[in-house]
Amino acid sequence: MGLEEKIPDSIILTSLDKMVNWAHKRSMWPLGFGLACCAIEMISTFGPHFDVARYGMEVMRPSPRQADLMIVAGRVSVKMAPVVKTLYEQMPNPKWVISMGACASCGGVFNNYALIQGVDRIIPVDIFIPGCPPRPEQLMNGIMTLFEKVEKESVKDDRPEWGRKLA
Amino acid sequence: MSNTAKTVTLNMGPQHPSTHGVLRVILELDGETVVKAEPVLGYLHTGIEKTMESKLYYKALPCTDRMDYLAPMSNNLGFSLAVEKLMEIDIPEKVQWVRVCLAELTRINSHLVWLGTHALDLGAMSMLLYAFRDRESIVEMYEACGGQRMMTTYIRIGGLAQDIPKDFEKGIRNIIKVINNGLNDYETLLTNNEIFINRTKGVGVLTAEEAISLSLSGPMLRGSGVKHDLRKANPYTGYENFDFEVPVGQNGDAYDRYTIRVEEIRQSLKIMQQAIDGMPEGPYRAHVPGIVLPPKEDVLYKMESMIFHFKLITEGFKTPVGSVYQGIESGKGEIGFFISGDGTNKPHRVRVRTPSFINLAALPKMCEGNMFSDVVCAIGSIDIVLGEVDR
Amino acid sequence: MEDKLREFFNNNFKDAVIKEDKFRGDVSYYIKPESLFAICEALLADSSLDVKFLSDITSLDWLNHEEEKNGRFEVVYNLYSISNRYRFFLKVRLDGENPNVKSLVDLWDGADWMEREVFDMMGIIFEGHPNLTKILTADELDGHPLRKDFTLTWEQPKFTWNLDDPPEVIK
Repeated sequence: MGLEEKIPDSIILTSLDKMVNWAHKRSMWPLGFGLACCAIEMISTFGPHFDVARYGMEVMRPSPRQADLMIVAGRVSVKMAPVVKTLYEQMPNPKWVISMGACASCGGVFNNYALIQGVDRIIPVDIFIPGCPPRPEQLMNGIMTLFEKVEKESVKDDRPEWGRKLA
Repeated sequence: MSNTAKTVTLNMGPQHPSTHGVLRVILELDGETVVKAEPVLGYLHTGIEKTMESKLYYKALPCTDRMDYLAPMSNNLGFSLAVEKLMEIDIPEKVQWVRVCLAELTRINSHLVWLGTHALDLGAMSMLLYAFRDRESIVEMYEACGGQRMMTTYIRIGGLAQDIPKDFEKGIRNIIKVINNGLNDYETLLTNNEIFINRTKGVGVLTAEEAISLSLSGPMLRGSGVKHDLRKANPYTGYENFDFEVPVGQNGDAYDRYTIRVEEIRQSLKIMQQAIDGMPEGPYRAHVPGIVLPPKEDVLYKMESMIFHFKLITEGFKTPVGSVYQGIESGKGEIGFFISGDGTNKPHRVRVRTPSFINLAALPKMCEGNMFSDVVCAIGSIDIVLGEVDR
Repeated sequence: MEDKLREFFNNNFKDAVIKEDKFRGDVSYYIKPESLFAICEALLADSSLDVKFLSDITSLDWLNHEEEKNGRFEVVYNLYSISNRYRFFLKVRLDGENPNVKSLVDLWDGADWMEREVFDMMGIIFEGHPNLTKILTADELDGHPLRKDFTLTWEQPKFTWNLDDPPEVIK
């Protein structure tokens, strides 16, 4: 944020962390970006039955420039991989990635020439959700787990960005 | 594609909220008029056909769910019917009736998602919420049958994965009620909605000759006035026993396709009602040892069944040399499975004639010469699923 | 309809038909590739047969199979008559070295994408096709995936990674 260099490592920083993390957590805007089958379950999650708006994330942004969270919902093909990478790079910091479903996480049942065997080979992933496709509850659990992760972050930490070694 | 002084090239997709997935269209615009539209596919190419060649017939079946993920049961049905045709298996009557019931349920599922997303593209946001509200009851039925909300793999070669759940009849009757009520909501929202009519009437017009020349099928073909439905023309899995109408359009525009799909939901409800009223009793799987898996109850208590089960799962069954084609009418059109057996236990070639892929070829013809804002409407009215287009 | 079709082939294209085959109720005619276009043109013109609907074009690879002696590749044209409710297949055998057959784009608009897909996945050249380019597979991919000598799991094309150490090649 630019602010953290000026603040010493003290109680002020912890309070600032708390506030920033709370803000991040409570208004996380996902990128409206569906690839395959899991996208339908993602729409269900955002739909009337499961209603993820309860957690402050009903606004799906069609443009990556306005989004904080990328849910990779579906299989990533070799042809799509550069596009996914570009979309990730277009998102402003801080940004998080959820890999939803077996295909996005590890290639799933399709171990073949056409698919990337896990989206973590091209972009850093925070949360993996298993399932083919995962139930909406599972996606919500994944989002909650991501919130827990966000709570532990500090403004001093750098998010793993492109060009760094992935954790 | 080069820019002249007059035209502008615009890229739409692959990440675009109204291309229903990862479709990319390169548009050449003259002002607001589309001069040329060129769809670019392959962003979801999964190699499913090649993957299925490496699997036993039973294990190739789950791949079919993942093509048209809005209508998984139609795909299961198509593949199972094709393999049953190749192996000459007779199916018990009860299985046929359950299959008809589930195929129609799947058609409603597919049409509901289409209705929601198509209306969303044209600005009617609440339609999506209504459609997904009612779709949830169908997905719950899937879960009761196959244990999964979307990828059920419930219809298997030679029958069903397991017997129908105890409250199947009650569940289907409930769905008929829910969708019937829902249909009134949708029609109130859209059918006479002036904005919707203005956005869809006269958009993406295709004549009957063009539709046949482009090999279109399903509501795309019927919207142009060609009365062709495989359920009536070449009945499969006992559709000849059911009484239903095939709605046909006149103008071949997006509004006609909308009315046809809504009417198809009504007809599907009618078929489901007949199927549930006349559901016969019987086994849920054909008794063909060595080809069809024995029922799970027998596997646990009978030696021979267990041996057959083990052999089928590990080795599969051998097919004769020859190729069969079985087309069925899914929600999007004719989905056909061309299976070529080569005498081994794996398919030599599985070709899927997917309706989305072939219907999408009509997009340039529907867009060129029309307004730029109608492109979204044209894409929506084709009803594509990219998993099926790219496979 | 079946007899009418046989009559049609006997009257007009007796030399072009190699074999008539019926398997599980599916009627297919193995024809010589050079006469494919003429047959399709005549089928379209015949009003009593009314074969106006090209349902599908697909292809098979018979590499290392006893069928290979008749030609490695097989292109299958799936034709349907809407008014007669009748489906039949035209099959063309092509050799493995130089598989090419005349394109049907002039007869059916729908053949455009189907032929492009067959070209992309199986590598069969359709002569006279206006835009025979890749349609499904990635541009980086060499070869035609559905050929039997193409391995299912294959080394994937590399991207321009921005990493210090490139990841191991996906096998």
